[in-house]
Amino acid sequence: MAEKKRGWKELPIGAIIDEAGSSEKFKTGDWREGRKPVLNKDKCTNCLLCWIFCPDSAIIVSNNEMKGFKYDYCKGCGICANQCPIGAIEMVPEEE
Amino acid sequence: MAINLKELSKQGDFLTSGHRACAGCGPAIALRQALLAAGKDTVVANATGCMEVVTTIFPYTAWKVPWIHSLFENAAATISGVEAAYKALKRKGKISKDINFIAFGGDGGTYDIGLQALSGTMERGHNILYICYDNEAYMNTGIQRSGATPYGAHTTTSPAGKKIPGKTQWRKDLTEIIAAHDIPYVAQATISEWRDYMGKVQKALSIKGPKFINVLAPCQLGWYYKSEDTIKIANLAFRTRFWPLYEVENGVHRITKEPKKAVPVEEWLKLQGRFRHLFKDENRKIIEKIQKRVDERWKRLKALEEAGL
Amino acid sequence: MKVVAKTANEAMAEAMRQINPDVVAAYPITPSTEIVQIFSRFVADGEVDTEFVPVESEHSAASACTGAAAAGARVMTATSSQGLALMNEVLFVTPALRLPIVICAINRTLSAPINIHCDHSDTMDQRDSGWMQFYVEDSQEAYDSVIQAVRITEEAFLPAIVSADAFILSHSLQRIEMLEDEEVQDFIGEHKTPYSVLDVDNPITVGPLDLQDYYFEHKRGEAEAMRKTPPIIKKVDREFGERFGREYGLIEEYRIKDANKAIVVMGSTAGTAKEVVDTLRQDGEKVGVVKVKAFRPWPREDINKSLEGLEYVAVMDRAEGMNGFGSPLFTEVRSSLYEIDKRPDIYGYVYGLGGRDVKPRDLKKVFDDLKKVESGKKIERVNYLGVRE
Ligand SMILES: Cc1ncc(C[n+]2csc(CCOP(=O)(O)OP(=O)(O)O)c2C)c(N)n1
Ligand code: SF4
Ligand SMILES: [Mg+2]
Repeated sequence: MAEKKRGWKELPIGAIIDEAGSSEKFKTGDWREGRKPVLNKDKCTNCLLCWIFCPDSAIIVSNNEMKGFKYDYCKGCGICANQCPIGAIEMVPEEE
Repeated sequence: MAINLKELSKQGDFLTSGHRACAGCGPAIALRQALLAAGKDTVVANATGCMEVVTTIFPYTAWKVPWIHSLFENAAATISGVEAAYKALKRKGKISKDINFIAFGGDGGTYDIGLQALSGTMERGHNILYICYDNEAYMNTGIQRSGATPYGAHTTTSPAGKKIPGKTQWRKDLTEIIAAHDIPYVAQATISEWRDYMGKVQKALSIKGPKFINVLAPCQLGWYYKSEDTIKIANLAFRTRFWPLYEVENGVHRITKEPKKAVPVEEWLKLQGRFRHLFKDENRKIIEKIQKRVDERWKRLKALEEAGL
Repeated sequence: MKVVAKTANEAMAEAMRQINPDVVAAYPITPSTEIVQIFSRFVADGEVDTEFVPVESEHSAASACTGAAAAGARVMTATSSQGLALMNEVLFVTPALRLPIVICAINRTLSAPINIHCDHSDTMDQRDSGWMQFYVEDSQEAYDSVIQAVRITEEAFLPAIVSADAFILSHSLQRIEMLEDEEVQDFIGEHKTPYSVLDVDNPITVGPLDLQDYYFEHKRGEAEAMRKTPPIIKKVDREFGERFGREYGLIEEYRIKDANKAIVVMGSTAGTAKEVVDTLRQDGEKVGVVKVKAFRPWPREDINKSLEGLEYVAVMDRAEGMNGFGSPLFTEVRSSLYEIDKRPDIYGYVYGLGGRDVKPRDLKKVFDDLKKVESGKKIERVNYLGVRE
């Protein structure tokens, strides 16, 4: 995560950031406080409500299917588990 | 314009992971949903506030659409300049693409310090959509009251004290203030009712001229609740009729989604630590007062709708 | 070329018409209102293709201009006094984002007491904001400088304020030579922008948050951009001179070569000072004038070169620094001279606040003061000229 800090001559003009979405280099997964979401794939109906409610864009969806979580970014807020209409997501304690 | 989550999920996100909003941040959901609805060809201006701060800590940006932040009170003026540039350059044949122009501001940047710039932008008729993500206080500076903070709420500048029980003024009705500008489209939304909200964003963007959406976006830090409850609380605000979902299109009010049966406002208040003091015996009457106000405002909105106004 | 009579307001508005900017966002204030009015008429009559944004305040004028410049547009505005003060917050943003914008400013004093007349307190208030600042002596220079500023700002990627004295210039007719529209277009060329937020296929983030780890580096870069402006200004000025026969420099020296006393001055008073010098020269006095045109960037080398070897210098400030000592032009000239060997004895004069008239006899008094010093008398280091005791 630790990127080399650039000197003033190396920075783009006008203090802009020219790499869209570069925050993906900044991992927020270690913000979780002892619990993480886990998906029960058997129950999941792929309604994608978890996906539309995730503040951290941390739900993996591909080919219309809920595939799990980006644990590198998931902050463990628990909204997905709270909102899943059929209880297919559970917040479980994380081992260190 | 049906919103289909499966279709939307294919285009990818325009607000990416790695931003530094608190866990369960409602405003981050409000921005993400709006961008999913707006799509790639969108330029965003953002007011100073939580969302600007957490998404663009140099050298990282969470934005995948062009984005500009200048100051706290000038998001509306900034986007009006961007839009004016677009018009001029289009006229001169230097650009041809159709582009959405969206400004995001918090309630502080919109109801209070940025109201003048917003009013001017609306009155001048720029082809832009301003979205106020209303988390009902100045969160970035540590939860101070704003013109959007509800009656009775504890904030750090309207603390629930021994003598004064939190904020003693009613919130201003910004949605109606903007509607009074006689612009083509004004709406109120909440992030839990995503289909309603995202539909409003798409509808707004399909209309030419100035548009405004006020989206309620709960903040776990400032409202003092558990991070998993953000959507639940956003939903209760709607079901208690504290936050009606409606639109004002060409001056005509229409309720877009109506709770079947109103839930008492107390159910919403009791989940939030900022209202905890209202549940003391001596403050109970404040809850009644809030309920009365909610009922009156709802009646007023219904009357406007029924009268075709 | 066309010879016409124009006030500075009219001359700057004409320059704006010929520049034909993409966006003008502006708000009225005396005495620059006329620029906005005249330009609005150009828009209404279809003489320009500009998108005119009649904002609800100067704060929004500067904000809209900054947004428009970030979207790759050529952008201009006009203001004065309280308007410039209201822009203050935004004015620090524009150069940090490295956006070229030109403001036609009419120098009017700041409240309180409210007063619509000339002094330089409004632009002096912005001297550390990162904008280049050019003070002009007459309508011709106002006109020429606005045109030059477009080129300069787009080469430096820094914004500029071109300012002319309230009423003395803004509202008095002077003879000017106007260029042909095509000459102006040809001189300024295609608009240059450092980036554009309209490029949705290459999205950039403009105006992010810096923590302690990057703010200093970004400011260092901005400071460097200002350091690099003198040669750009000189180059554009020289090219303007070669094409159109008028050149101004960062400073102008008037009868300074063999002088032992000089007045350093900005704006329209430079004209009065030149007259006084001509009169005194007839009596054999060795006096001269240094007119500072570019106050930002600070023309340190040019100032030092022209004042080195002089014996007595009076620096005229049409603004009060409120620092208990001297005003900005005086303190900056004085500090520049510190590094040269043969430093003149230097005095500050605050004059003309709130539009107080400055007559030749007032400036003659300044030279008289310097003569007194020469004869061994002591005077105050900083003096007030033309104020009732
Ligand atoms: C002119 C000015 N005054 C004050 C501030 C300090 N300030 C920064 S953000 C903020 C509050 C933002 O509140 P809001 O708009 O509701 O957004 P939120 O942080 O809640 O998302 C304040 C007071 C500022 N940046 N600029
Ligand atoms: S304080 Fe509130 S609005 Fe700000 S990032 Fe945290 S949850 Fe979001
Ligand atoms: Mg807020």
